[in-house]
Amino acid sequence: MAHAADAHGHDHHDHKPGFVARWLFSTNHKDIGTLYIIFSLVAAIVGIGLSLLMRIELMTPGMQIFADGQMWNAYVSAHGLIMVFFVIMPALIGGFGNWFVPIMIGAPDMAFPRLNNISFWLLVPAFLLLGGSLFVGGGPGAGWTIYPPLSDAEYQPGPAMDMALFALHLAGASSILGAANFITTIFNMRAPGMTLHKMPLFVWSMLVTAFLLLLAVPVLGGAITMLITDRNFGTAFFDPAGGGDPVLFQHLFWFFGHPEVYIMILPAFGIVSHVVSTFSRKPVFGYLGMAYAMVAIGVVGFVVWAHHMFTSGISVDTRAYFMAATMVIAVPTGVKIFSWIATMWGGSMRFDTPMLFAIGFIFLFTVGGVTGVVLANAGITQILHNTYYVVAHFHYVLSLGAVFGIYAGIYYWIGKMSGRQYPEKLGQIHFWMTFIGVNLTFFPMHFLGNQGMPRRYPDYPDALAGWNLVASIGSYISVASFVFFFFVLWATFRRGAVASSNPWGEGATTLEWQVSSPPPFHTFDELPRIR
Amino acid sequence: MIGRIGRVLGLAALAAMLAMGGAMASETSLGAPVPWGMGLQPSGGPVKDAIHSFNTLVFWIIVAITIFVALLLVYCIWRYSASRNPTPSRVSHNTPLEIAWTVIPVLLLLVIAIPSFRLIYFQDRARDADITINVTGRQWYWNYAFPDHGNFNFDSRPIPEEELQPGQLRNLAVDEPLVIPAGATVRVITQGADVIHSFFVPSLGVQKYTIPGRIMETWMRADRPGVYYGQCNQICGVNHWFMPIMVRAVTPAEFEQWVGQARQRFAHTMPQQPVGVASATADTIHIAAARQ
Repeated sequence: MAHAADAHGHDHHDHKPGFVARWLFSTNHKDIGTLYIIFSLVAAIVGIGLSLLMRIELMTPGMQIFADGQMWNAYVSAHGLIMVFFVIMPALIGGFGNWFVPIMIGAPDMAFPRLNNISFWLLVPAFLLLGGSLFVGGGPGAGWTIYPPLSDAEYQPGPAMDMALFALHLAGASSILGAANFITTIFNMRAPGMTLHKMPLFVWSMLVTAFLLLLAVPVLGGAITMLITDRNFGTAFFDPAGGGDPVLFQHLFWFFGHPEVYIMILPAFGIVSHVVSTFSRKPVFGYLGMAYAMVAIGVVGFVVWAHHMFTSGISVDTRAYFMAATMVIAVPTGVKIFSWIATMWGGSMRFDTPMLFAIGFIFLFTVGGVTGVVLANAGITQILHNTYYVVAHFHYVLSLGAVFGIYAGIYYWIGKMSGRQYPEKLGQIHFWMTFIGVNLTFFPMHFLGNQGMPRRYPDYPDALAGWNLVASIGSYISVASFVFFFFVLWATFRRGAVASSNPWGEGATTLEWQVSSPPPFHTFDELPRIR
Repeated sequence: MIGRIGRVLGLAALAAMLAMGGAMASETSLGAPVPWGMGLQPSGGPVKDAIHSFNTLVFWIIVAITIFVALLLVYCIWRYSASRNPTPSRVSHNTPLEIAWTVIPVLLLLVIAIPSFRLIYFQDRARDADITINVTGRQWYWNYAFPDHGNFNFDSRPIPEEELQPGQLRNLAVDEPLVIPAGATVRVITQGADVIHSFFVPSLGVQKYTIPGRIMETWMRADRPGVYYGQCNQICGVNHWFMPIMVRAVTPAEFEQWVGQARQRFAHTMPQQPVGVASATADTIHIAAARQ
């Protein structure tokens, strides 16, 4: 579909600024993308480290390594917030989005390079605030959903909870600025001939994601601002004693929180579409259906939030509506799954590491998707709400969905980004370790949930010991695979083969494969023309 | 590592023995997790029965979908690998197919949705409640009140590990269980006191948050005498993991006897004019209790 002038041998025009100007005052979308990916990896070490501690605690009944439930609650909260705001979003949106949206649409950079820079640098203090809150007082022990009254000053005294809330504010501001930047870039800076309906699906996914961020995150900002004033300035937005309502917070939180889960998964959808098409040597099947399925998921995703609140006392008619609306989302999601399979159908498939992760994504996302259909039914959720079944469900779509999307993206593009191709054999070992580890971790959690094990428990009835042991062993394999991933990265930079501009052959058709690996500091001296 | 595994297996065996020990004691544990259990806890009443039958329908649908997708993937991987199919097709559209995979999921969802609606309206509230109980979640114990029986109330606290008697389940046993008559439809009114908790008894198919400033209603019925366990299911602070729920269903005669004793033991919790209140209709009491 794309055709670009190969006019980028001018290394003498490729002036790079010095270290400080390049990495601290960056205005280059590729450098900022790299910063985001490095940031995400660092945050992942912390977030996965916390989950390892949690699985060690849960490996056997009784309290093992945690001092008390407050410490446990704080670690659980920090794990969730770090993985959502500081691992998955920075990797998918800030990382791959910054790197490849401008290149794929033939733009020289993002629309607002300095805004891009501040988006990244807001994340760093946000992460430090959240990380620091664990060491202040008892930590922010109200879960990542921070429901009041538990998150009020009476029950979470001290600055830890405020630090976590300000961390969310900063991360939210970062996301909103980034979203405005993406929307402007995509609408105004496409190369001549690149109509919306010719845009690569990854760009479509980022466009929908950016709109979700722009509309959802301010609602979170409002909710946590009210929480902050409730905590510190005597207001009573969520305090019934002052005429407020704890359930109001739940509505506001999930009005943000549900689009948030699509914010995390849509970019992975985009990446998987590219990977499947590339390694099947076929164009994406049903391009328009794929693009508008994402738009539909984004739109419907805004009107289903109260399915997180089926036991919060909303009326039965309201439950009926939210149940029906939620099930509707299964339809566009099914379109995507079947279109990916149809893309493979009739193709000529190679099974390099990115493709393994993409196929793994499709299957595991299906598993997470169908358990989502189960949970959409308020009648069943009455006994599965807040149990490990929910934990299993959202880790299947996020830990095995979004994270597999990130890995697929890293292996797919690392040659393009670094100029060095990863060692294929090591990549395949990494895939299988991860695949076995995460399934062993999360599949037994369905059983624990069916048996009624509530989430956010550091200790549990003795009968639940068996599957918890299996899950913990699985998590150790997963953590080992994460460590192994760093070894793969090291091997890539140390002795990876030099990447050509297109290592994947004729299946890779988007613009990034027309420029050198890595692309020149200034990607396009002349705008490419799209036929 | 092997030592650790052995220890856990030992614990699991111990738990099984404890569960059996509980069974050998005077009352049967009908609703509790079991070692290596994979499915839902057994049903103890009509709400859970309804959930079970609907869940079975949904379960087989999702298993079929997952197997279908897996088979398609495996077939593609086998049939369309580069070695077997060196020249890829260029097909990227097939409108009838695309309509089919949009419409068929819609039909499947309809198959799920219709019984699902029926289920939630059945679960919503009791048509003709025999008794009403008020449940209040507190950090970190439960308070149960019986407005139909003089409005006495009592706290139900977990038994610490070192005080467990043989047959009592760790993290599940409480000092004062919630006693209900087996076979009776129980209206459950939940209300909050400090933070949000969740009253959750899986085997009776009941769960409702207890939210400060709100009064919410649900219902349950235990078909047979026995003990049904649950746990607080909404994060509520340090001891979130240690505020179990123990529902003991007894025969109506035993229940009357228990009420008589409880009115003595918890007399200090009863309102000043218990006689008049006790003889009023259940609905009035319910409204009166709800207004407190």
